[in-house]
Amino acid sequence: MAKVTLTVNGRTVSGECEERTLLVHFIREKLGLTGTHVGCDTSQCGACVVHMDGHSVKSCSILAVQASGSTVTTIEGLAGQGELHPVQAAFKEHHGLQCGFCTPGMVMTAVDMINRHGGNLDEATVRAELEGNICRCTGYHNIVKAVLAADAEMSAGRQAAE
Amino acid sequence: MYATSYHRPSSISEAAALLAATDEAKYVSGGMTLIPTMKQRLAAPAALVDLRHVADMKGIHIDGSRVRIGAATPHAEVAASSALRSACPAVTVLAGLIGDPHVRHMGTIGGSIANNDPAADYPALALALGATIVTDRREIAADDFFTGLFETALEPGELVTAITFDLPEKAGYAKFRNPASRYAMTGVFVARRGGSVRVAVTGAGADGVFRQADMEAALAGNWSADALSGIAVPSSGLLSDIHGDSDYRANLVKVMAKRAVLAAG
Repeated sequence: MAKVTLTVNGRTVSGECEERTLLVHFIREKLGLTGTHVGCDTSQCGACVVHMDGHSVKSCSILAVQASGSTVTTIEGLAGQGELHPVQAAFKEHHGLQCGFCTPGMVMTAVDMINRHGGNLDEATVRAELEGNICRCTGYHNIVKAVLAADAEMSAGRQAAE
Repeated sequence: MYATSYHRPSSISEAAALLAATDEAKYVSGGMTLIPTMKQRLAAPAALVDLRHVADMKGIHIDGSRVRIGAATPHAEVAASSALRSACPAVTVLAGLIGDPHVRHMGTIGGSIANNDPAADYPALALALGATIVTDRREIAADDFFTGLFETALEPGELVTAITFDLPEKAGYAKFRNPASRYAMTGVFVARRGGSVRVAVTGAGADGVFRQADMEAALAGNWSADALSGIAVPSSGLLSDIHGDSDYRANLVKVMAKRAVLAAG
């Protein structure tokens, strides 16, 4: 057994787990944060995407012990008090989901994408950046719309703040 | 996944000592191939030695015409390097085409080179640029490094610590992705330095990455996509599977080589 210590959504947490425990199972089962999903066992679907030290990663392909010491943000850590994150709000506004299973991974991917491209996203870039996330319901159209809308809104927010 | 143990060294010498201390131990860097393989129980190392915290294996350094990329440098860092983009954009383009954004945040150049997947991108870069593979024991020319499917010149326990190469005058990479898996069905990296041209092909060869001598000769005489038009790529030695037969791949080699030359400019 190994001791894993993480800062998850701003809170320092520790837990014991087997060395072979995947980060996604540590998050879901030890921490009870079940917003991060497991949609495949081949590292393809992206439902498990979280941010580790500020970068999007597939938590199904990382051991919890590998992540120990790092800062992790899950879907539960995005929203402010009583207010959706702009990406979550855009997914709601543009109907960027149907069954919702892939949505946590899609939203975490979108936030990472906007962090890296901030204000410079276009449709082709968004579609290319969604390479690692599979949605079986929407056909991606409304997801792309939601990401572009969130990017525009967050970019406008940054400009207003400056 | 079978049980394993986990070790986190902070130096190359500590990593080598930890690996030697356990039978059936394996290095893990980004783990983007190894962890999924362990999940499928296709690999079962008794111990993992994590290279992500070895500072000496990270970073991109350009000194004049010489480039050194630490083996534990993630693809995303290579893809986003403004210094590399101005010095040799083909390198950043190739890194940005690997996997998906999440995989690129974890997967590393050293892991790609050491694993030598026949559909991986970096082996084509290393071979076309005549790179040197630096290990904890010696330096190995790329020409001698890639020996077959998932096979390299690495000895048991030998650790790739860096990749070095001289900047080319021109270089380009073009890849045709399998529509489902997105791995290279054929990827071609072309590089010109002085009067010498090297063309390396990944994804298509039955024995992994290889150089295409006819194309190298044609491009050395005339650096243009048209110079490749008359070349007949033999289908012998190329992969033939449900995704495409060897004749199809032979055609892809030619098409991707032309696109790589056009990309190189």
